[in-house]
Amino acid sequence: MVYLFSTKELIKTIMAAFTLNINGKSHEVDVSPDTPILWVLRDYLDMVGTKFGCGIAQCGACTVHLDGTAIRSCSLPVSSIGGAKITTIEGLSEKSNHVLQKAWIKHDVPQCGYCQAGQIMNAASLLAQNPNPSDQDIEVAMNGNICRCGTYTRIKAAIKTAAQDLS
Amino acid sequence: MIGFSWLASCKPAAEEITSVPEEWFDINAFIKIGDNGLVTIMSPNPEIGQNVKTSMPMIVAEELDVDWKNVTVEQAPLNTELYKRQLAGGSQSIRRGWQSLRMAGATGRRVLLEAAAQKWQVPVSELTTDKGIISHNSGKSLGYGEVTSFATSVEIPEEVDVKDIKDFKLIGTDVRNVDAPKIVTGQPLFGLDLKRDGMLIAMIVHPPAFGMKLKSFDATDALAVPGIKDVFKVNTAPEEKQWSDTNAFTELVAVVGESTWQVMKAKKALAVEWEKDSALEASEDHERKLQQAINKAPSEAARKDGDPNKAFTEAARIIEKTYSAPFLAHNTMEPMNFFAHVTEDTAELVGPIQTPEYLRKSVSSLLGMPEDKIKIDMTRMGGGFGRRLYGNFGMEAVAISKQAKAPIKLVYTREDDMTQGTYRPAYKITYRAALDDNNTLTAFHIRGAGIHGGPVFANRFPAGTVDNYLAENQNVDSNISTGAWRAPRSNFVAGAEQSFIDEVAEEAGKDPVDFRLALFDRAINNPVGDDNDYDPERYAGVLRLVKEKAKWGQGIPGVSRGISAYYCHNSYVAQVVDVMMEKGRPRVKKVWCAVDCGIVINPIAAKNQIEGGIIDGIGHAMYSNITVKNGTPDQSNFDRYRLIRQREAPLEIETFFVENGIDPTGLGEPSLPPIMGALANALYKATGKRVYKQPFSQQDIVLG
Repeated sequence: MVYLFSTKELIKTIMAAFTLNINGKSHEVDVSPDTPILWVLRDYLDMVGTKFGCGIAQCGACTVHLDGTAIRSCSLPVSSIGGAKITTIEGLSEKSNHVLQKAWIKHDVPQCGYCQAGQIMNAASLLAQNPNPSDQDIEVAMNGNICRCGTYTRIKAAIKTAAQDLS
Repeated sequence: MIGFSWLASCKPAAEEITSVPEEWFDINAFIKIGDNGLVTIMSPNPEIGQNVKTSMPMIVAEELDVDWKNVTVEQAPLNTELYKRQLAGGSQSIRRGWQSLRMAGATGRRVLLEAAAQKWQVPVSELTTDKGIISHNSGKSLGYGEVTSFATSVEIPEEVDVKDIKDFKLIGTDVRNVDAPKIVTGQPLFGLDLKRDGMLIAMIVHPPAFGMKLKSFDATDALAVPGIKDVFKVNTAPEEKQWSDTNAFTELVAVVGESTWQVMKAKKALAVEWEKDSALEASEDHERKLQQAINKAPSEAARKDGDPNKAFTEAARIIEKTYSAPFLAHNTMEPMNFFAHVTEDTAELVGPIQTPEYLRKSVSSLLGMPEDKIKIDMTRMGGGFGRRLYGNFGMEAVAISKQAKAPIKLVYTREDDMTQGTYRPAYKITYRAALDDNNTLTAFHIRGAGIHGGPVFANRFPAGTVDNYLAENQNVDSNISTGAWRAPRSNFVAGAEQSFIDEVAEEAGKDPVDFRLALFDRAINNPVGDDNDYDPERYAGVLRLVKEKAKWGQGIPGVSRGISAYYCHNSYVAQVVDVMMEKGRPRVKKVWCAVDCGIVINPIAAKNQIEGGIIDGIGHAMYSNITVKNGTPDQSNFDRYRLIRQREAPLEIETFFVENGIDPTGLGEPSLPPIMGALANALYKATGKRVYKQPFSQQDIVLG
């Protein structure tokens, strides 16, 4: 992420219109081009399921899908995505019934719950690419998502349950 | 939704109600019942992930005798007239709330019974309840919804019976987190999710080092960022301080604007000059001062039994070891934030706070506004761990809203959050044990030092188990603020003590479990002193249980085992940890955990707390620290501050509860402290070397 320090440069970046495809719907926003998708979602579109954790793509709380692949929305400027399709936790399933959402409830995964949307989005991307992941696959894929409450063993169990439900 | 049907409501049955009530009736401060039988239970305490928003209402629902399927839970606002101790801290919500929650439910049930008795003109003694249905021995029955409107005018009996614990139907069953459906679909729940009409976003800029203060600032470039409304200085120190007003920085620069990203950019563009106010400390200074502190005896002992000096002089062997641990940040995943709307004569606050009652007192002092004009609502918190006991962010939100004359939401960046202090103190502790010729423990000496207070609990184990005992605490001052961090003091002492006990047992040629059990036997049969702060029978009970479950003593090829037991926050925990070495690095294969917390309200969530504490404890013992140079923390985000991740988590955790029917105690903290000791003991078995310094991963034997 490049931060701008001089007034002259800041003025250059004021406001531009972007059309975004989010959860299958088109949204227009008028923001500065360097605004991360995270803040476009949270501040301008009132979709607050995607969480702010670190701002430097180190914790995974802000994970969304860009054309089906998990990315960290805190570090992706709105100007960089063009027509790519964004999926957020709000759009993961129509009836809150994605296999991961059901498995998360079955295993009673959340403690504070703050990181879990990011965990689920990251896991959904994993299952889309690898419907039957091994324990090691899960560990590698989920290593970028921090949970301070320490729900890791339940996250892993829930992903395995979801994978079974898929098969 | 199925429409409301009067006929259906007249034919009561214990099943899920899907209609919408036309009217709700307040049965008491905790209970509202709709005319269709739906029940709303208020959860009084702040929810930080310890799951009280589910478990506290469960206790009310049990005594009210309603079907959990028909219960909705709401977070209560701060209301000291209706609720007691609306605080999340010390793992005390369940323990301290137990009686009042039971009485709230039982009283609610009783007034509904009284209402039904009046309606039918029968004595209450002829009525029974089951899952929200009242039945008379004649065979007739009705649902709570049918008498709820009468129940509000019934006189509340002075004495109300609670259930016999043998009759519990809901307590002891697995009930899932009431907020989970919202959590897994990304609905607004947390303070950071809050939005109000006309609300602006605010951020603060704090001094870059402990020991520095604001000199001046130039807002020109910051104000040029689109969306920025105002930049100004705020002072957040209340005239009358509460214990919760622990904060290194009270003079800050505030940036207020329309959206978070704009304010973040303006913050970067802001030119601030700081000046030195006191010493700019470094971790080496703390290390030296802590060492100096434990090198000398304090003027007064925290506890002394027998004649420790004489016993050490006469000892056949003395074992002495020193342990240390660094500052830790809380790092709740949801950074600090708070909404405030301050007007001429009122203040509305909404956000994540573990101590709303104290925040209101401090806000009252800061604004010079009576407490009854200040309203505080609590949001679900993205973690607490003690950080949100200290409400400086709430005070900042209030000061900014007042000056900006607008409703604002204060948002911290991760860097703001991690570099402001209120850390778990850095500690050092020296243990000395004296053995006689028979390898019996004859004396025990603990001297601990910590930043802003020593860590030693003088009356905890092994006090009471040894004739000659000395416990001492030393304080080291610093301008770095420290505070409670999940299981304060225990989060260091347990690991050090349980490592040391292991080493002493080995020196004495005894099995570490048998060595501990012999000490507990002494405390049971012939305790030294009369103010020992633990029950040795329950302590020994968890140790025996974990020994049996883990089949302690039976070797598993490739697995190194460590054990520990600790008592804190009124709960007893013993753990066996199995470690494997994989490519020279330790990996926890399994943790066996025995817990005595009395009655377990909600087993699936209780186990979640225990598992979380274990993983959190392993992570912080292995990987985490805050170090300081020139007053500035070296770690400001998760690129340099290492928290445990999925690949480092134990492969399995199994929890076993002691079933004894004793009134329940808490679980938010007790499983964390002992795992640090069990892990150190397992690492010793795996590597042949003992670890004395946290984080363990920075010791050469276990490069993480």
